[in-house]
Amino acid sequence: MTGQGRLAAWGVGLAALVALPFFYRDPYHLHILVLILIWSFAYTSWSLMGRFGLVSLGHGGFMGIGAYVTALLWNHLGLSPWIGIPIGMVAAGALALIVGYPCFRFRITGHYFVLVTLALSGIVLQVITATRDYTGGSLGYTPNRASGNRLLALQFDDKTTWYLIALGVWLFGIVVWHWVDRSMARYALEAISEDEDAAAAAGVDVTAEKLKITLISALMTALAGAIYCQYQMFITPDTVSGIAVSLQMVFAAIVGGLFVSLGPTAGAVITILLAETLRIKFGTRAVGWDNLVYGVLLVLFIIFLPKGILGSLLDRLKSQRKVSRAHEQEAAQIAHPGT
Amino acid sequence: MQAFLDIFDIYLLEAVINGILLGGVLALLALGLNLIFGVIDVTWICYAELVMIGMYAMYFMVQYYGVSYFVAAPLTILLVAVLGAALHYLVIAPLLTAPPINQLLATGGVLFVLQSFATVAFGIDFRNLGIRLPVLAFGDMNFSYARLLSFVAALVGMVAVYLFMTRTFTGTAIRAISQDRQIMALMGVDTRRIYLITSALGGALAGLAACLLVLQYDVHPFVGLSFGPITFLICVLGGLGNFIGGFIAAFVFAEIISLGGLFSDLEWGYVLAFAFFIVMMFIRPAGLLARRR
Repeated sequence: MTGQGRLAAWGVGLAALVALPFFYRDPYHLHILVLILIWSFAYTSWSLMGRFGLVSLGHGGFMGIGAYVTALLWNHLGLSPWIGIPIGMVAAGALALIVGYPCFRFRITGHYFVLVTLALSGIVLQVITATRDYTGGSLGYTPNRASGNRLLALQFDDKTTWYLIALGVWLFGIVVWHWVDRSMARYALEAISEDEDAAAAAGVDVTAEKLKITLISALMTALAGAIYCQYQMFITPDTVSGIAVSLQMVFAAIVGGLFVSLGPTAGAVITILLAETLRIKFGTRAVGWDNLVYGVLLVLFIIFLPKGILGSLLDRLKSQRKVSRAHEQEAAQIAHPGT
Repeated sequence: MQAFLDIFDIYLLEAVINGILLGGVLALLALGLNLIFGVIDVTWICYAELVMIGMYAMYFMVQYYGVSYFVAAPLTILLVAVLGAALHYLVIAPLLTAPPINQLLATGGVLFVLQSFATVAFGIDFRNLGIRLPVLAFGDMNFSYARLLSFVAALVGMVAVYLFMTRTFTGTAIRAISQDRQIMALMGVDTRRIYLITSALGGALAGLAACLLVLQYDVHPFVGLSFGPITFLICVLGGLGNFIGGFIAAFVFAEIISLGGLFSDLEWGYVLAFAFFIVMMFIRPAGLLARRR
């Protein structure tokens, strides 16, 4: 696809997405779409790091912080989410830096990094549960209904409004993804993920580059958590925080495809539709079945289709067309290290 | 004031000793994970879920089929050992040449599978064995007999593994592979067989931990999440693959959790342990016993 054609396709697609709620108003389907968009944004945020081999299982923690800080500030201090969300994001970012700095400074990579971040999300969950006097513990937490200005409280009953907000946030995530994709940081991070020593020798500031992408990713994930909280108006530690949420992000991003911009979105569509279909088909009997299917799929995908559904599909299209563009071949090599 | 101090000290001592007892089981868990990591270079994210399955096995054998605890325990250990070997054969073996992150994420998928399998098959109710072991009173201090038993059994288990690793040919081969996995294949050691044995051994340790934990805790599908993360913390703090480091770290963590729990809720004990962990990451990033380069 040429650059202009691609841009046109994006434009048409976006216009259709923006126009959708004005023609199609089924609240259930809009609800599913909103959920897909919010989670897509979270998964995209995760994949910003994940595609460079920085596999974090701590993102459940960042998401939980974003959601809970926003809701707590609103309920206890009456601080509008417009201020609360940035504070929540800053808190998540600060935590990301505190954990990230020693990890990157002291070369904690691979298994170690995954386990440290895994602990991070576990502990955020514990803190939320332990401070049950404020956060409601594992019973969940509901932001107070706004009595005055709805816009100030960022609470809307209208699904269309939420759809547009979620669409905007999701688009922001995609834009950031492309921005990182075209930046120098991408090459630096790719070099780091191949060989840290060589990258450092070539003049890449390994610690700073990794911290930068971690910070961006954590901030965006916290935003996703806060938006999710504002939309659902009910959060529990298990739905926005903890290891299960972190693994869910990894899973969706990998199933969709880590190395393409719409991969995490494809992952969100697949996983949420799967969960909803199972829920409707089997009702309460389906408790646990969706995760069972997720888990089996995740294992199968990692073994047989490590580039994800969308990634593999695009690859196949590309090889048929025999387009030879240097950076895409490069991406294919990174996706298949060792070939 | 004096009376207050006396009581305080007794509680403190009790917490310290309970911490040591808890440390035994944590050390056992960490040993299994370290073994897998040291030899196969894979982290089983789903390790605590294997323990959970073992706990269910114990529950059903003892509660439903009326099997005696001491008959059920070896069966459970065997079952989880088979599970560990199956996990290696089905999931890890096809991924041995893949990037390490993929192996780790695949076991993350297994975590999902095991958790939801338990949810689907057993429901989300909390279940316990219904065995109430007496409480051991020692002076003014009370110790749970279950904890004492766990501690002793965990120590015995660890000594058995130590003897196996140092006194048998297979154990020696396992240690040799953890030092150099390429050369050992050239020396005529079947690495695939050794990997399978190691996985089964790691599973067996998880099974033993399950038999001990089921005495103290209720079992439910998400029970793995309550001690899984702490096990990973211990392994990282001790240095992944470093058995002695993991052993020491387990006791350090258990003390922090136990003492933190004395002054506040148990959850805050975990939070303290994590704060300690972060500080240690700055001071000794490669583990407690790592030599400074």
